[in-house]
Amino acid sequence: MSVFAFYLFAICALAGGLFTVISRQPVHSVLWLILAFLSSAGLFILLGAEFVAMLLVIVYVGAVAVLFLFVVMMLDVDFAALKAEMAKYMPLALLIGVIILMQFFLAFGAWQANDVSRELLAAPMPENVHNTVAISELLYDKYFLLFQLAGLILLVAMIGAIVLTIRHRKDIKRQNVLAQIYRDPAKAMELRDVKPGQGL
Amino acid sequence: MADFFSNTYLGIALFLIGKVLLLVVPLLVALAFLMYADRKVWAAVQMRRGPNVVGVFGLLQSFADFLKYMVKEVIFPAGADRAVFLLAPMITLVMSLIAWAVVPFNDGWVVSNINVAILYVLAVSSLEVYGVIMGGWASNSKYPFLGSLRSAAQMISYEVSIGLIIIGVIISTGSMNLTDIVRAQDGDYGLFSWYWLPQFPMVFLFFISALAETNRPPFDLPEAESELVAGYQVEYSSTPFLLFMIGELTAVVLMCALTSLLFFGGWLSPIPGLPDGVLWMVGKMLFVFFLFAMVKAITPRYRYDQLMRLGWKIFLPMSLVWVVFVAFAARFEWFWGAFARWGS
Repeated sequence: MSVFAFYLFAICALAGGLFTVISRQPVHSVLWLILAFLSSAGLFILLGAEFVAMLLVIVYVGAVAVLFLFVVMMLDVDFAALKAEMAKYMPLALLIGVIILMQFFLAFGAWQANDVSRELLAAPMPENVHNTVAISELLYDKYFLLFQLAGLILLVAMIGAIVLTIRHRKDIKRQNVLAQIYRDPAKAMELRDVKPGQGL
Repeated sequence: MADFFSNTYLGIALFLIGKVLLLVVPLLVALAFLMYADRKVWAAVQMRRGPNVVGVFGLLQSFADFLKYMVKEVIFPAGADRAVFLLAPMITLVMSLIAWAVVPFNDGWVVSNINVAILYVLAVSSLEVYGVIMGGWASNSKYPFLGSLRSAAQMISYEVSIGLIIIGVIISTGSMNLTDIVRAQDGDYGLFSWYWLPQFPMVFLFFISALAETNRPPFDLPEAESELVAGYQVEYSSTPFLLFMIGELTAVVLMCALTSLLFFGGWLSPIPGLPDGVLWMVGKMLFVFFLFAMVKAITPRYRYDQLMRLGWKIFLPMSLVWVVFVAFAARFEWFWGAFARWGS
């Protein structure tokens, strides 16, 4: 049963990846990419790593891919011109791709996992511990400092991006939220009794 | 017989399908009447009669609507991306239905009792936004597109605060399993042992965020009729439109179920001594749904900038501070251990 599920998810993931690349419409590409993400989440579940699978769906599908989709939907790119441009660089791209593939083969072809790590692959978590608990023990206990540092680096990156893009323009009218909330109807409005047939 | 259902592939498959049907069929039938109840409450607040023609008291109105949607023609806008156009309502419906797989109605009455149930619900509800985006984009029309952008931004914003509020509950329970979360609320004081008391401010935040997450009034900006006609649904007709409607309502009822599970003790009885049971769960869901309907009837629509400010500048900091507070309260067992229930 799980073999069947594995092949289902694996084929979906591969097909998703393939169509991400060859799809003509960029929005379709992102949708295929989402299929690939979801299928790999399914593979994680088959491995018994349900926490990672759910995080993959929440973070990548629920947030990152939505941003991709936003950007791609807003784009107005002339794809015929882009295709012509791409054909020019095709030989170089193919060459680089082949080299990287060869390097992967060289690196991982000779790689042999010993028996202990193979057992770890089959059962990556200790017995009787939910993998949520296992991950939290690693992150918040064993590698606490590294985890905090990673968070700090992200914070620095975020602040940097904001500092680079923020600019205060003085010549525009700004919304003053507090003033809006505290506006008093008695002062803002005036009720007049208008006689029929007469203006103000 | 028990052997057949637990050992053979066919048996397991049949058993699962049976469980799913047992959940989905009553749910969909209940949805028809909830739709009717929603309209009746709305009408009563506005001193109208509401649907009262089809069947006794108009009880069959939803079924009449259903038939009408089914027999109409499906219209594709010119230049629409047909595959995505049809995929969008299906995704909305399927995503709102599969989230129910982990919702327990009674102790053990759950299709799939998984450890990360609440994360699963979050993940699935974050996928619901795709139905909206795809529908708006595939229509090849300006109003649906703008509506879908608004809606997607809104759903993403309020997901963040919903997630943080849920983290508070998870810290108190020490588990992400919905059954465990309800069991942790079982105490000697009936309804005063439920999470609504220790997590008091968050109940309101969760309720309001749920309104925004499901695009219900007063946050129904994607469907703001005065500006956007009907948002991402403008170009939809017939059965695809029906699927969108059912999907949205299912998401609303799911939020009702989550509210009662997380904060109001699920199937636990509010008075010590009375038996727990599925009826309490259904009753609590109906009560929360009544609140949803009342909010729809009595509140004016938010402006878009107010909505975003509420989500990012008020709800997010509040729920973030609350998570830190709950973490301390649980660690040092403040308030007689009301926040630390992982031992019990």
